Amino acid sequence: MFRRLADAGTAVGLTVDGRPIEARAGDTVAAALLAAGIGPCRTTPVSAAPRAPYCLMGVCFDCLVTIDGVGSRQACLVPVHEGMKVETQQGKREAGR
Amino acid sequence: MAADAFDVAVVGGGLVGVATAWGLAREGCRVVVLDEGDRAVRASRGNFALVWVQSKGLGLPAYTSWTLRSSNAWAGFAQTLKEETGLDVCFQRPGGLHLALSDHELEARATTLKRLHNQAGAADYKAEMLDRAQVAKMVPAIGPDVVGGSYCPFDGHVNSLRLFRTLHTAIHARDVTYLPSHRVESIFKEGGEFRLRTAVREIRAAKVALAASNANMRLAPMVGLEAPMRPERGQIVVTERLRPFLHHPVTTIRQTDEGTVMIGDSKEDSTDSSRLTIGVSAKEAERAVRMFPLLARANVVRTWSAIRVMTQDGFPIYDQSESHPGAFTVCCHSGVTLAANHALSIAPMIARGALDGSLVAPFSARRFHVQKTG
Ligand SMILES: Cc1cc2nc3c(=O)[nH]c(=O)nc-3n(C[C@H](O)[C@H](O)[C@H](O)COP(=O)(O)OP(=O)(O)OC[C@H]3O[C@@H](n4cnc5c(N)ncnc54)[C@H](O)[C@@H]3O)c2cc1C
Ligand code: FES
Repeated sequence: MFRRLADAGTAVGLTVDGRPIEARAGDTVAAALLAAGIGPCRTTPVSAAPRAPYCLMGVCFDCLVTIDGVGSRQACLVPVHEGMKVETQQGKREAGR
Repeated sequence: MAADAFDVAVVGGGLVGVATAWGLAREGCRVVVLDEGDRAVRASRGNFALVWVQSKGLGLPAYTSWTLRSSNAWAGFAQTLKEETGLDVCFQRPGGLHLALSDHELEARATTLKRLHNQAGAADYKAEMLDRAQVAKMVPAIGPDVVGGSYCPFDGHVNSLRLFRTLHTAIHARDVTYLPSHRVESIFKEGGEFRLRTAVREIRAAKVALAASNANMRLAPMVGLEAPMRPERGQIVVTERLRPFLHHPVTTIRQTDEGTVMIGDSKEDSTDSSRLTIGVSAKEAERAVRMFPLLARANVVRTWSAIRVMTQDGFPIYDQSESHPGAFTVCCHSGVTLAANHALSIAPMIARGALDGSLVAPFSARRFHVQKTG
């Protein structure tokens, strides 16, 4: 659905649920997910409805994912780095993660 | 009967008022509930939702029995509400814990429980002291600072906002007239009935039940009663929803049926619920993290403050007027815990026209006039 601009930055490798994807330097995690064609990044804690990055500016909290072992991080506010491990979040966050 | 005339007028549409109104409607009374508007200060919208027995009643053993009675009635109360409304208030009674973070705190707790137990006429609510290992068996997530605690099998909790909504649904289904934005300005008796004056209109009723929380202080003297109050502010910190890790409510921390963790036990001398003392919330959160270190990573999504309904000695007031027969006060802290009693015990008494002294005589406001001796 999304296409990159021609002058996108250098390649950055990360994994999503163990699967490698390629992002560009300067991407947020949310941008990287969307560019890789990954829509829903979590399900809601009570009704398990799917959610995907929406506002892309830190206000809606729909983009929560687990990043390098820390749960409920806003994918749209965190820049990618080489080797980053992203996990989609199913339902309630695990306490202590 | 005229449109504005009722069997009972309940003043106050918080948890206490609606629980009482529902009980009265079940007794066949024609009931009106007069309430303030949406901006009313309501403890019923900001509480911690425990149905709590342990440590209640030091100084008044009848309060221990009264609380235990409500805890025991709660499951049936919740079930009946569900049958009438289809709504589940998520009552659970897995037993509750009070945790100590130092030997000093643990000793103080043991002393309190012993003093409670030794009171003449105290009901046995089976509270016991636990050491660290025993606590860890029930709640493995405790941190290294927890030295032990106390446990009571009769402690539980509910979804308190859902309870409030459910009771409102239930009174509506039973044709109780609910009148918001009808602040009662004055009450007087004329021609054998009570007249309740509001800015909107006057309501007439054969009986009146004052359930206006801290405002009872102003209203009660109008019908020959009294309600000495000392409101107090409490603050609550709320986290995002987490997978279940805490299967027993703790005095100051509980995990709701939907995963949210609520933290709160503060007390401040204030009647302003539009403000919050950040330092107080920070201290609550700090103790919570010492109790359960895994909370350190949880995101806080909300904090709020609310005003407790406190009588001057902290115990409920249930009273009937001698000068104005048919006027009653129903007023307490712990309106969640006691909701079953208000619906199933107090309301039938008001419907019959007299409080049952064998159950509630110790809660008359006359106790505030007892001369101190010695
Ligand atoms: C922070 C906090 C934590 C708490 N935790 C617990 C807990 O864990 N367990 C527990 O059992 N209890 C708890 N409580 C206490 C519990 O919330 C209260 O006891 C209960 O909500 C009281 O209900 P109420 O109906 O008396 O008062 P309120 O909810 O204050 O309602 C009173 C109503 O009366 C109306 N009113 C006032 N004056 C008038 C008037 N003149 N005319 C018409 N209407 C009027 C108001 O508008 C209001 O709607 C807690 C309270 C607080 C603040
Ligand atoms: S997309 Fe809205 S907060 Fe991240």
